[in-house]
Amino acid sequence: MQPTDISRPEYFHKVVDCQWACPAHTPVPEYIRLIAAGRYGDAYMVNWKSNVFPGILGRTCDRPCEPACRRGRVEAEPVAICRLKRVAADFKGDIKAQLPKPDAPKNGRRVALIGAGPASLTVVRDLVPLGYTCTVYDSDPKAGGMIRSQIPRFRLPEEVIDEEVGYITGLGNIELKLGQRVDSLKSLLAEGYDAIFVGSGAPRGRDLEIPGRKEAAKNIHIGIDWLSNVSFGHIDKIGKRVIVLGGGNTAMDCCRSSKRLGGETVTVVVRSGFEEMKASPWEKEDAQHEGIPIMNYLVPKAFLHDNGKLKGMSFEKVAARKDEKGRRELVPTGEPEVVIECDDVLVAIGQENSFPWIERDIGMEFDRWAMPKVDPKTMQSTIPNVFFGGDAAFGPKNIIWAVAHGHDAAISIDKFLNGEDLADRPPPGVNVASQKMGIHEWSYDNDISAALRNKVPWRDLGTTLKDIKVEVELGFDAKLGYAETQRCLNCDVQTVFSKSLCIECDACVDICPVDCITFTANGEEDDLRERLTQPARNKTQDLYLSDVLKTGRIMAKDEDVCLHCGLCAERCPTGAWDMQKFLIEMTHAGAACRSR
Amino acid sequence: MSYLPKPKFRHPGLPKNKLGFTRRDYEGTVSTLCAGCGHDSISAAIVQACFELDLEPHRLAKLSGIGCSSKTPTYFLGQSHGFNSVHGRMPSVLTGANLANRELTYLGVSGDGDSASIGLGQFAHAIRRGVDMVYIVENNGVYGLTKGQFSATADAGSKSKWGADNNDSPIDMVALALQLGATYVARSFSGDKTQLVPLIKGALRHRGAAFIDCISPCVAFNNHAGSTKSFDYVREHNEAVNALDYMPTRSEITADYAEGTLEQVTQHDGSVLNLYKLASDYDVHDRIAAMTYLQKKNAEGEIATGLLYLDPNPKDLHGHLQTIDTPLNRLSEADLVPGATALEKFNAARR
Ligand SMILES: Cc1cc2nc3c(=O)[nH]c(=O)nc-3n(C[C@H](O)[C@H](O)[C@H](O)COP(=O)(O)OP(=O)(O)OC[C@H]3O[C@@H](n4cnc5c(N)ncnc54)[C@H](O)[C@@H]3O)c2cc1C
Ligand SMILES: Cc1ncc(C[n+]2csc(CCOP(=O)(O)OP(=O)(O)O)c2C)c(N)n1
Ligand code: SF4
Ligand code: SF4
Ligand code: SF4
Ligand SMILES: [Mg+2]
Repeated sequence: MQPTDISRPEYFHKVVDCQWACPAHTPVPEYIRLIAAGRYGDAYMVNWKSNVFPGILGRTCDRPCEPACRRGRVEAEPVAICRLKRVAADFKGDIKAQLPKPDAPKNGRRVALIGAGPASLTVVRDLVPLGYTCTVYDSDPKAGGMIRSQIPRFRLPEEVIDEEVGYITGLGNIELKLGQRVDSLKSLLAEGYDAIFVGSGAPRGRDLEIPGRKEAAKNIHIGIDWLSNVSFGHIDKIGKRVIVLGGGNTAMDCCRSSKRLGGETVTVVVRSGFEEMKASPWEKEDAQHEGIPIMNYLVPKAFLHDNGKLKGMSFEKVAARKDEKGRRELVPTGEPEVVIECDDVLVAIGQENSFPWIERDIGMEFDRWAMPKVDPKTMQSTIPNVFFGGDAAFGPKNIIWAVAHGHDAAISIDKFLNGEDLADRPPPGVNVASQKMGIHEWSYDNDISAALRNKVPWRDLGTTLKDIKVEVELGFDAKLGYAETQRCLNCDVQTVFSKSLCIECDACVDICPVDCITFTANGEEDDLRERLTQPARNKTQDLYLSDVLKTGRIMAKDEDVCLHCGLCAERCPTGAWDMQKFLIEMTHAGAACRSR
Repeated sequence: MSYLPKPKFRHPGLPKNKLGFTRRDYEGTVSTLCAGCGHDSISAAIVQACFELDLEPHRLAKLSGIGCSSKTPTYFLGQSHGFNSVHGRMPSVLTGANLANRELTYLGVSGDGDSASIGLGQFAHAIRRGVDMVYIVENNGVYGLTKGQFSATADAGSKSKWGADNNDSPIDMVALALQLGATYVARSFSGDKTQLVPLIKGALRHRGAAFIDCISPCVAFNNHAGSTKSFDYVREHNEAVNALDYMPTRSEITADYAEGTLEQVTQHDGSVLNLYKLASDYDVHDRIAAMTYLQKKNAEGEIATGLLYLDPNPKDLHGHLQTIDTPLNRLSEADLVPGATALEKFNAARR
C-alpha cells in the first residue's frame, strides 16, 4: 500500500467520525471541549456557524453523528452529541454580539427563496452578510418550515424556533413574504431575480385508498396536514380512540400528539415488523414510554363506518418471509382479520414532493419520478440560476441535511453570480496545532471518562401528557452535561507520525491500550489488515501508513478504535508521534471561499 | 513517564485465551521507566507469552533485584506473586521460594548490573544448582537506574554517552550460563518480539534452569553511536542461529522445509519447539560447540541470538535433592515431625 498522504484534509477529517458523518460537518469534539470548559457561548457559535440551528437541532436532530461516534465502538453507547448541542444552547447566555453585523452593505444582487424552512433560511444566513438581498416566500403564516409546522411543541418549544429563526431574520436585507404561496415559477423568474432558491420541502402526505376512505373522510386525516393544523392552533382535540397508521417519525409525532389532545387509547399500526420501522429508535422508545402500543404485521384492509361515521379499521395479518431471490416479502398468514375500533385515524405513511407550480415549459428538466434534475454537489437545476435544497431537492430527509444543502447552494449562488465555476468546490479550512505543552502535558484533556452514557432527564408523564406545549425532555443540567463531555475521545486530536524520527523501539505498540499500532512489512491492503497486532476488520476505517523505515518495515496504524489518548506520543522517546489538533471547518459562501 | 493510567478500554476484537483472559489481563500498572526503554518491550513480550500459554496468573511468581530492569515486574502480571529483593539477591530468594513450593512457575527478572556485578555469585549458584526457573537478564550494558555507568557486560571499546571509553573486558552472561550448566540458554533482543516471545514461552515450559540474555537498549544512557547495545548496533550485528515456534503439543508440519532445516524438540511437558535452522552448522544440543560458536561470533563482532542451547530432559534442583513431589510448604507438622518412636528407629539404624 502507498504511504498515507495526511496533507489531504479528508484523511484526518474522516478520523473525526462524528464530524464526517454530520451532513454539515459540525466540528463536534471542538464544541464538546468548549462545553467542558464552561464556554457555552463559544460552543454555541461553533455550532451556529456550521449547522445554523443548534437549539433546534439539539432537540430534534436525526443525529447521524451518533451511530458513527467512535465511542460506540469501544463501549456500549456513543457520546450524547446531540443533547450536548442543546446544553450549549441552553446555557449560552447572550451571543448577539458574536453574530454577523446586521444590514451588511448591499451588493445589488437579489435572490428569491421559495419556502422558509431550514434550507432556505440557511441560504439566507450565508448570503445576507455578503450583501445579497433575499426575498423569502412561504404559504405559512410564520417562518421555519416544517420545524414550525410539523415538529410538535412537546419536542421543540416555539420560543426556541422564534429565537433561532430570529437570528437570521435579524440580519436585515430580508423581505419575508409570509402567507404568500408561489403559484408559478415562470412569473417569479420574470421578476428578474438574480437567482432563485427552491426550498419548498416535501409537502404532500401520502393517502391510503382503501374501502371506506371517502365515506368516512371526516375522521380520517393526513398526518402532516393534521400536525400542521395542530401546530398553528387550528386543531386542539381528537377522538378518544385513535389509530395511527405508519412507522416513521411522523407517525410517532401523530400518536404522541393525539395522546395529548384527548386520545385515550392511541394505537400505532405498522404493516411490517417493529424492527423495520423507519422511526428512530429513540422516537419509538418515547412513544412506548407514553403508553402507546405499536402493533406490527397488520396490513390495512378497510375503514369501517356506519353511514359515514367512522367505527374502526380492519387489518389482514401478515408474516415476513424470503422469496426465491432472497427478497423479503409480506404474505398473509390466513388468520382472521383484526378489527380495531376507533374514532379517528391519522394516516402517516409517507411524504412526497409535488411541484404543481413549476411549469414544464420553462426549461427545467425533470426525471422519471417527476423530480427536478438537481446536481447533488452544486444544487443547481437545469435552469442555471435556479437552485434547490432541503426536502425539495432529493425527497424528504431531515433538518441537518436541509442545512447542508443550504450551505452548498449558497456557495453555488455566490460563485454563479461572480462568474465562477460551480464545480470547483472550496476545500475546508484546516487549522493544525500541536497539543504538546510539556513532556507529558497536552493542551487537551486526554483523561477520558469510563462512565456510561448519561440519560437526559424527562419531565413526569402526568405533567407532559396534559399539555401539548410542555417540553418532555428537560435537557442535561450543567453537571450532567459536563460528565457527558468527558466521554468524548477528542477524535480531532490526531496522532501524527514522523517517519524520520522513529527508532522502532516498539514503545508505542506496547502502550497502546487498543492495539492500533503495528510495525510490519508492507503488503496489499487485505493482507496487511490481517497481519496487524489486532486485525483491522472494520474496512470503513482507514489505515494510516508510513513510508519505509530503517528496518525495511512500515508503521501501520488502524484508526478504527484509537482513543486519541496520546499515550503513544507520551511513550515515544523521540517525539515521532505527536498529538495535533486538526480543526476542520467547512468553507461557506463568501470571499474566503472564493479566494481559496 | 506517563501520568495517566492506561485506559481500561480494549480492542473489541481482542482474543481470549483458554482461561477467558485477554492479553490485557496479564498487564501490570503502567510503566514508570523512560519512554522507549527496551525493558518495557520485554515486559510486553512476557505478557504476550503468558497470555498465549494460558498461564494462570496466581501460579506464577516474579522476582527481581534492583535496577530499572528489576522494577519491571510491577508492569506485568499484576495478578501474580511478586518479590522485589535486595540488589543482586534475587537468585537466592528465588531458590528459597522454589524449594518451599516447587509447584509455582518462577520468573527471575534482573539486569546486567544486578546479575553481572553485585549479584554475579548469586547468579552463578542458582544456575549451577539447576533451579527450575526462567532467568531473564535485561541487558543494556549500563546501570540505567543510577544514571548510566558502564556495567560489567559493556563491551571493551564501547563508548559511554559522554565519550568515555570502556577498557574492561565484558562478562558474557550466555557463556557463563552455558559453562555453569543451564539447560535452556537463549539470547534475544527487546526490539524483536517475534523472536523473543516464543523463546520466553519455551523457557516457561522448561523444567530446569532456563536463562535468557535479552539485549535491551537504554534509550536514556546507552543508545548513542559508539554503544554496542543500541537499537541500531544490535540490528546491524544480530545473527540469529535459528527461529523458534512454540507448539503446545506435537502437530503435523504442513509447510515444506529443506532437508535438515527443521528440528522438533519435545520438552518434558509435551510441548514442542519447532526450530528452523538459520545457521546450518549450528547444533542446539551441543554445549561445547555452542560455546565455541559463540566465542567465534563474538570475536567477529556479531551477536548470536536465538535458542543457543537446549537439553530437553533436564534435571533440576529438586531432582538433585530428591525432594518429594508435595511442595515442602504444604507439609504439616505431623509430616515433618515423625515422633519419638521414628527417631528411635532411625538412631538405632545408625548405631
Ligand atoms: C412530522 C414530522 C416530524 C419531523 N421531525 C423531524 C425531526 O425531529 N428532526 C429532523 O431533523 N427532521 C424532522 N422532520 C423533517 C424536517 O422537518 C424536514 O426534513 C425539513 O424541515 C426540511 O426542510 P426544508 O427547508 O427542505 O423544507 P420545509 O421545512 O419542508 O419547508 C418548506 C416550506 O416551504 C413552504 N412552501 C412549499 N411550497 C411552497 C410554495 N409553492 N410557495 C411558498 N411556500 C411554499 C412550506 O409551507 C414550508 O414552510 C420531520 C418531518 C415531519 C413531517
Ligand atoms: C547494595 C546496593 N548497591 C548499589 C546500589 C545502587 N544501584 C541501584 S541500581 C544499580 C545498577 C542497576 O543496573 P542494572 O541491573 O543493569 O539495571 P538497569 O537499571 O540497567 O536495568 C545500582 C548499582 C543499590 N541499590 N544497592
Ligand atoms: S492515541 Fe496512540 S496510544 Fe492512544 S489509542 Fe490512539 S494510537 Fe493508541
Ligand atoms: S515509540 Fe516512537 S520511536 Fe518508538 S517505535 Fe513508536 S514511534 Fe517509533
Ligand atoms: S534509564 Fe535506561 S534502563 Fe532505565 S528506564 Fe530509562 S531507558 Fe530504561
Ligand atoms: Mg543495566
